[in-house]
Amino acid sequence: MLRVDITKQLGEFSLTAAFTSEGRVTGLFGASGSGKTSLINTIAGLVRPDRGTIVIDGETVDDTAAGIHIPTYRRRIGYVFQDARLFPHLDIRQNLDYGRRMNGLTEDPAQHKRVVDLLDIGALLDRRPGKLSGGERQRVALGRALLSKPRLLLLDEPLGALDESRKLEILPYLVRLRDEAGVPMVYVSHDAAELRQLATQIVMLRHGQVTAFGGVKVLTGGA
Amino acid sequence: MFDISPTEWTAILLSLRVAVIATLVATPFGIALAWLLARRDFWGKSLLDAAVHLPLVLPPVVTGYLLLLTFGKRGLVGGWLADHLGIVFAFRWTGAALACGVMSFPLLVRPIRLSIEAVDRRLEQAAETLGAAPWRVFATVTLPLALPGVLAGMVLGFAKAIGEFGATITFVSNIPGETQTISSAIYSLIQTPDGDSAAARLVIISVVLAVGALVAAEVFARRATARLHGQ
Repeated sequence: MLRVDITKQLGEFSLTAAFTSEGRVTGLFGASGSGKTSLINTIAGLVRPDRGTIVIDGETVDDTAAGIHIPTYRRRIGYVFQDARLFPHLDIRQNLDYGRRMNGLTEDPAQHKRVVDLLDIGALLDRRPGKLSGGERQRVALGRALLSKPRLLLLDEPLGALDESRKLEILPYLVRLRDEAGVPMVYVSHDAAELRQLATQIVMLRHGQVTAFGGVKVLTGGA
Repeated sequence: MFDISPTEWTAILLSLRVAVIATLVATPFGIALAWLLARRDFWGKSLLDAAVHLPLVLPPVVTGYLLLLTFGKRGLVGGWLADHLGIVFAFRWTGAALACGVMSFPLLVRPIRLSIEAVDRRLEQAAETLGAAPWRVFATVTLPLALPGVLAGMVLGFAKAIGEFGATITFVSNIPGETQTISSAIYSLIQTPDGDSAAARLVIISVVLAVGALVAAEVFARRATARLHGQ
């Protein structure tokens, strides 16, 4: 479960968002500049809200009234950025293992195999990020986030930097992730078609305000 | 021509020891300072930056004299260190290492700072979302990516330290076997009637060491680029 009720002033831009989502995939939908990335960064703890609360999986990670702000690295979230942000000095195997090491988790070969198979990245393990295609990089980034065993997976336009055919290559993996990984996701996109395929609930944003919240059918209302 | 005398050997080995110790001791401070200057904003930052560069622009004799006043036997810090920890800098090789460390510090810090600034902060952010506390982000992402710059800084600092003259001779004098480095030995030899060929040998050695260091620094800089692109 994810509960968000925050306001944040960023220069001229003001963001106000309140919603509670029980869905497996909460889609944040809106045009560029609508505040989607600011909102997901606030959930991640990278941006600190001016006022309000954020509750992830029953734990209050932000509560301005009580002075609570759990830093990003202790939120147990996974974050897949538009640019994969793989660590260039580590090979793919080490990239995938990074979150486990940082969280002090014991090795879990079964899960490692499950994620590697799910994303089809077994052949890439000994390569360096610089030698990968955009689509491969994004799959590795997904795997890296999943293997840190997050309780919430945040995805900020993970297909945004890919061309049309690459998008179609990744999309099935995301569908499998939703159905098999068992980790709730927040999925940011400006592409209604993408969200129709993936999301179970939609938060529609416009100029920093939530204009609609509900099932995927709110997307047909237009934005 | 290349018949190096025991006195010359002593000077060469002393220079190496002084420069190695100066570089190794200065490096952790250099990394910390470079990180502060590259990644933090605080009151007095430009003042600190200026202070780091001061040895580069001050006359070396002034730096040496200030070291003498501070770290000499009757100096504020030197007196305390001698009384409480038994560490003496004045007229010792340790003093030469201190002088060389201070003089080479700006050259050590600069490449490290530049390489830390070049590390993509979005990668540090990604590390944080994967559960890395700030100091682990530094240890596992920032520092490894900046490592070639750290090595380049160490090499440049070493090259500067091995050739340092003005501050060293002012602070710890020119005592054969204790504080007479290659530079001080050359200085003594060219004032001696028959010292020309010995001086020439040491000059050649200095040039070789300096050029070698510059080449090494260049190699590290190239590796840095490859590393940042994940190849």
